[in-house]
Amino acid sequence: MELVCEGIAHRYGALDVLAGIDLAVQPGECLALLGPSGCGKSTLLGIMGGLLAPSSGRVVLRGEAPASSLNPITYVFQDFALLPWRTVAGNVALALEHRGLSKTEMDARVADALARTSLTEFRDAFPKQLSGGMRQRVGIARALSVDPAVLLLDEPLSALDAQTRDLLMEDFLKLWLASRTTSVYVTHNLQEALRLADRICVLSRRPGRIKEIVALDLPQASRGSPDAARRMAEWAEHLWHLIRDEAAVAEREVANVR
Amino acid sequence: MSDRPVEFRGLGFAPQPVRYAALAAFAVLLAIWEYAGRAGLVSPIFLPPPSTIAKALADLWAQGLLLRHLSESAYRLVFGWGLGTFVGLAAGFAMGIWSVSRAIGVPFVSALFPIPKISLLPLLILWLGIGEASKVATIALGVFFPTVIATYAAIDAVPRNLIRMGQSFGLPTSDVLRKIVLPGALPGILAGFRISSSIALILLVSAEMIGAQYGIGAFVLQAGNLMLTDQLLAGVVILSILGLAIGTGLGQLEKRLLRWR
Repeated sequence: MELVCEGIAHRYGALDVLAGIDLAVQPGECLALLGPSGCGKSTLLGIMGGLLAPSSGRVVLRGEAPASSLNPITYVFQDFALLPWRTVAGNVALALEHRGLSKTEMDARVADALARTSLTEFRDAFPKQLSGGMRQRVGIARALSVDPAVLLLDEPLSALDAQTRDLLMEDFLKLWLASRTTSVYVTHNLQEALRLADRICVLSRRPGRIKEIVALDLPQASRGSPDAARRMAEWAEHLWHLIRDEAAVAEREVANVR
Repeated sequence: MSDRPVEFRGLGFAPQPVRYAALAAFAVLLAIWEYAGRAGLVSPIFLPPPSTIAKALADLWAQGLLLRHLSESAYRLVFGWGLGTFVGLAAGFAMGIWSVSRAIGVPFVSALFPIPKISLLPLLILWLGIGEASKVATIALGVFFPTVIATYAAIDAVPRNLIRMGQSFGLPTSDVLRKIVLPGALPGILAGFRISSSIALILLVSAEMIGAQYGIGAFVLQAGNLMLTDQLLAGVVILSILGLAIGTGLGQLEKRLLRWR
């Protein structure tokens, strides 16, 4: 499925957060939204996912979702958004319980999602018994269980320590390469964007506008190889050049607001 | 410089469970009290020893009076607390969920909550008569306000990202309320039950002292009027046990419903 943003603008009261966002996320691609703090990345994702109504513009889904998709546009949250009173399996099942599935089908979907995220043996654990990385796995399992047509990921790794982040990023990449679900990945981490995305959409500081879209024409699977190192470094330098000044100004703006 | 072991400086300020300490302290207190009574250090008219109070309790049980007073009190407590809790939960939920209900409800609750509810008993007697209804209504009113406040504050405290998560997976509103808001608010609601049950017990005794023939409050007042301090303290012991039983029951309920914590 293709997700298209047409003339999206958003304001919170007198504060312009987003302006003139025209963007098409192609079927099967992973698009990273990169930008400084407060540039409206998460706001744009919320608008894409129908959780926020834009001040102007609209979001359109083109194409048909697969029949197996129970929730075409599905979110993965930065802070995991797990229900502490439900077990791992219960949290995954939450996304399915209102879909009118038979118990067999629901159990099968839950088991499959847990297996794909290596959580099978933790199915009866409560979130407080899990590490941050495991909790985010539950968030990903919950999203996978509904077989999404478009996956919206709001800084899914930013709450994790560096080691866990790297491990989970590689696991997520494997999962994503196996399904190639149309994805929008919000991050302020350059390395995450470079590792995962087909294209990186760089937003300017507030009000967020599209500054540049960088296409990374190198398969994700080969980006870790020594041969790819030079290209990756060039992209990293170019992207850093794009966001460095914006990030510095945004930081000063945030400091002034505080 | 000569070698010196680093001195441990991190002692204390870390609460440790000490088993049986409370029980032992209670037993010592009872023993001193008993000794003071028997040795004539304290007048039994003003403070009878624990053994006399225990005998008074046993006599009351044998005469069937204890059950009579207890059952009257339990009836008022259950109906008063139940009614106040039911209406309080409904109003608290409405205020927690709907902005209009909150806009209307918060000023009302803020204005009426500080009124000592026992002061309304004479008015309620005028409206509802001297029978059970006025006493039950007094308790219900006293329970209603803390329940409303606890419920809507608990709903307010449910993380909004959990609700957005439910909405992002297409949960119908009824499911969001039942599977996310209600369990998320439960710890706060149960904490409110502890407060409201204490208030219910206070109002029960007060209401029974003002206008009842039977009930623990009435019994304590009658015993006081007749200088029967052993019976008066027996009544106080029953109230203490009742309060303890309610607290233990709520503790068990919390343990059962909030085991995920």
